[in-house]
Amino acid sequence: MLTVEGLKARYGRIEALKGVDLTVGAGEIVALVGANGAGKTTLLRTISGIEPAAAGRIVFEGQPIERLASHVRVARGISQSPEGRQVFAPLSVEDNLRLGGYRRRDGAAAATADLERCFTLFPILKERRRQAAGSLSGGQQQMLAIGRALMAAPKLLLLDEPSLGLAPVIVDQILAAITRLRSEGMTVLLVEQNAAAALAIADRGYVLELGTVTLTGTGRALLDDPKVREAYLGV
Amino acid sequence: MAEFLQFAFSGLTVGAVYALVALGFTLIYNASDVVNFAQGDFVMIGGMSTVFLYATGVPLPLAAIIAILTAVIVGLLLHRLAIEPARGASPVTLIIITIGASMFIRGVAQIVFDKQFHQLPAFSGDRPIEILGATLLPQSLWVLGGGLAVFVALWLFLERTLIGKAVLATAANRLGARLVGINTAVILAIAFGVSASIGALAGVLATPITLTRFDLGTIMTLKGFAAAMLGGMGSPLGAVVGGLLLGLIEAFGAGYISSVYKDGFSFIAILVVLFVMPRGLFGGRSVERV
Repeated sequence: MLTVEGLKARYGRIEALKGVDLTVGAGEIVALVGANGAGKTTLLRTISGIEPAAAGRIVFEGQPIERLASHVRVARGISQSPEGRQVFAPLSVEDNLRLGGYRRRDGAAAATADLERCFTLFPILKERRRQAAGSLSGGQQQMLAIGRALMAAPKLLLLDEPSLGLAPVIVDQILAAITRLRSEGMTVLLVEQNAAAALAIADRGYVLELGTVTLTGTGRALLDDPKVREAYLGV
Repeated sequence: MAEFLQFAFSGLTVGAVYALVALGFTLIYNASDVVNFAQGDFVMIGGMSTVFLYATGVPLPLAAIIAILTAVIVGLLLHRLAIEPARGASPVTLIIITIGASMFIRGVAQIVFDKQFHQLPAFSGDRPIEILGATLLPQSLWVLGGGLAVFVALWLFLERTLIGKAVLATAANRLGARLVGINTAVILAIAFGVSASIGALAGVLATPITLTRFDLGTIMTLKGFAAAMLGGMGSPLGAVVGGLLLGLIEAFGAGYISSVYKDGFSFIAILVVLFVMPRGLFGGRSVERV
């Protein structure tokens, strides 16, 4: 579904991505793990079109998309729940979710059906639907950010650090929601510093170090890999 | 009583013009966090273009429409040529850019138009309406009605349409807005265009009462900005209340105390309000947990 080839990106004079190759197949959860500053967030932002690609190709459903504007990529079916959630704080929870469907052109009924699906996935959002997004707790804002991304009815969901700064019980809820999405046929590219949790639910994983993919394999294999265990799992 | 009513009428009329300018500020501020100091110049463009088109024989309604469209084009150009290239700059930098744009517009207006004061005929005649001994010009009703119509339309746009919500979302979180597929450049252009049309409409409606000149924008920007701050920057309701309040304070201050200090009264009132309520009358709700 998504193929990234030789992708390079820069932050000023620093090369944040030094030629990344990666594929995500339909219906897979692919985890991208690595230390702070490895380039994980830059990779997701480049796939979404927020950061420009300096070189390389991004192919989505057989079409090159690396030159398309970010809003066109959303319309094609790539949506992202970004690092730091980036919810619209003064707007209500429901408005945040409705705006998630800003690019869809399949009618109000379909959007309302997806809104109900979001509320089934995260019931707390339904309780708080009239509340300003900025007044939610961190975990609720994370659920809102994922729900907002789902409202675009994406084919590929990019999740950037969904567990960052959250209590373990909330992390479990979010991971359960991601697994449930996969069972409904969603394709997910998951970026996590919490490598153990991400690899445990992933079909495949990539280890990113200083802008380069250094290891790849099934989630299970990476969890058992001595180098991964030492560097990222702390055992 | 008649005197009191008289001051109230003139205060509300002037206040409605301030309110319209403040609504223009509100819209651009909501979309971009930019305070557009060329906002008052849209009022001048609206008034002056109508005057000059009308003088060449164009019927008044058509002249007004062309004038408003002219202001919209200027607003879009302001966004495209001055704001968009500086994308990512701090709000303060962008505000200074709008001050420069305002000077530029005034300079061009001096050349395209002239340096004289101009007036338009009242839309529905000059016969004053008598109410309890006080008189109200029919044109005042046009100004008040126009202010009310713009307020309702803007409120419906921001609260009831997805594009209006996208304007608010763009202001709240630019990155989040881009990630849900909002084309933020288009949203900003819409804000500048609509805002320019509101300012120009104010100019068209007010010119029969207040006269217009190439440099009218400066004082309009100041008063509109004061009204928006008084009501709470970003709140359409605050813009309207702030504008009307400012007009009333000026009219009563000038009428009962001294017209010499007319502008002083309004600015003292703003200082007092901002000391007590730093976010203005309607800007209070900003609950945010990080």
